[in-house]
Amino acid sequence: MNAKRYDKLATGLLYTIAGIVVLILLLLLGFIIIRGLPQLSWSFLTTPSRAFTAGGGIGIQLFNSIYLLILTMLISMPIALGASIYLNEYAKPGKVTSIIRTMIEILSSLPSVVVGLFGFLLFVVQFGLSFSILSGALALTVFNLPLLTRSIEDALKSISNDQRNGGLALGISKWETVTKIILPAAVPSIVSGLILSAGRVFGEAAALIYTAGQSAPALNFANWNPFDIDSPLNPMRPAETLAVHIWKINSEGIMPDSSAVSAGAAAVLIIVVLIFNLLARWIGRLLFKRLTAGS
Amino acid sequence: MVNTILKTKNVKLKYGDFEALHGIDLDFNQNEITALIGPSGCGKSTYLRCLNRMNDLIDGVTVTGDFDFQGADVYADDYDIVDLRKQIGMVFQQPNPFPMSIYDNVVYGLRVAGVRDKATLDEAAQTSLKQAAIWDEVKNKLDQSALALSGGQQQRVCIARALAVSPDIILLDEPTSALDPHSSRQIEATLLQLKEKYTIITVTHNLQQAARIADKTAFFLSGDLIEAADTKQIFMNPEHKETSDFITGRFG
Repeated sequence: MNAKRYDKLATGLLYTIAGIVVLILLLLLGFIIIRGLPQLSWSFLTTPSRAFTAGGGIGIQLFNSIYLLILTMLISMPIALGASIYLNEYAKPGKVTSIIRTMIEILSSLPSVVVGLFGFLLFVVQFGLSFSILSGALALTVFNLPLLTRSIEDALKSISNDQRNGGLALGISKWETVTKIILPAAVPSIVSGLILSAGRVFGEAAALIYTAGQSAPALNFANWNPFDIDSPLNPMRPAETLAVHIWKINSEGIMPDSSAVSAGAAAVLIIVVLIFNLLARWIGRLLFKRLTAGS
Repeated sequence: MVNTILKTKNVKLKYGDFEALHGIDLDFNQNEITALIGPSGCGKSTYLRCLNRMNDLIDGVTVTGDFDFQGADVYADDYDIVDLRKQIGMVFQQPNPFPMSIYDNVVYGLRVAGVRDKATLDEAAQTSLKQAAIWDEVKNKLDQSALALSGGQQQRVCIARALAVSPDIILLDEPTSALDPHSSRQIEATLLQLKEKYTIITVTHNLQQAARIADKTAFFLSGDLIEAADTKQIFMNPEHKETSDFITGRFG
């Protein structure tokens, strides 16, 4: 065997491994979508679920998932942005910085069910927020923050130091250099990271079971006053999300069509996450073109 | 009558305990090009970055010495560093246009300084791009990304960007070393025009370039200034043996 044949062998092997990965993904997606697609209909997507009889939908769960996602992002985005700007632009290498980094690493490797139980003890019990969208959003912030911080930091890190020096040498202060040159240049990859983490948040179940709760009370979609208990916008109401719903009907669902509902809900979940991923690429590219005046 | 715009005396720079510059005395005349030459690691770029206090950004660096810029001590506690960098502009080795349009790049410093008037900005953009000798090449695509330009064009846009805030001195840190010979020549021609209005201090690895464009040349070696004189004298009749060894390519 000479070097050339080894090279061919290795190349072939790597292609095979890559092929297997793609195949697994395709099988998984295909299985979920083919099983779930026939269940999908406008009424399935919009009507409330039913506990004991067939024909229930996932309307409220879908709305809850989206609302929870928006709240989570509203809370975690500013914190993650501030943390990553501090870590990448201001923090000097040293003990404190490395402790912060280690803590973020540890936080990002916490199992989500642990985050959920922590959220239950702190937000639901201690803060008295009870099972609510707000508790869920705060728990998901804990879950999401390290990943988001990391991805924004990477986005900032990818901007060359020449840009920072260029700004400072023009007589622009550090804060202005960061906010007006570095951040805009990093926006495309920040948005991609944001949307990708949105996909993860959207599909999260374990962290929500003990925080946002497992019930989806009926909502009055004509009432948009966030202080009313049946208003969709009320952040203090319990809210079962799509992912939690799938988990629940598979473990204790007693409606006669539970497997069909679960298949349909799973398909919706997968499709939404797929859309998030595609959007991330598309918006990232669009923003890059827009912000750099089309290069 | 030549006017000295910037005087430095006994400039020392330390990275922690390591002294990289051992006391440099060097003055710069207005409307002249001064070239700083020397082998890699001799301290010429480090010295250049002392002049607009870019070394302040590096942790553990201490700079001592007298800096007299038009009568003011630029290292004084109350000296506004942001203001200093407006008066002493800098162009880097790698062209570093911001990821935005050519026009926005050039007027950036002015915008941040609070200039909003469209006519003022337009005029500054046009004047600076003309001074940087790139106006004719970009005048029809000012709204296109500066990143789409060639390296030499990007570098001239960066020069225009530095000019737009009307500095007195322009520092250039090996401005042509990342460029092809043709683009380098264009930058050199640009610099020769610019010295009518500005004082230029450039670090270069290219001795021919120093000989072609510089009025004064300063030779650095291992953190010391060996000699500084008229370019002609440095190249034809240097006082020190190290200088002539370097010029004739015996080391470095």
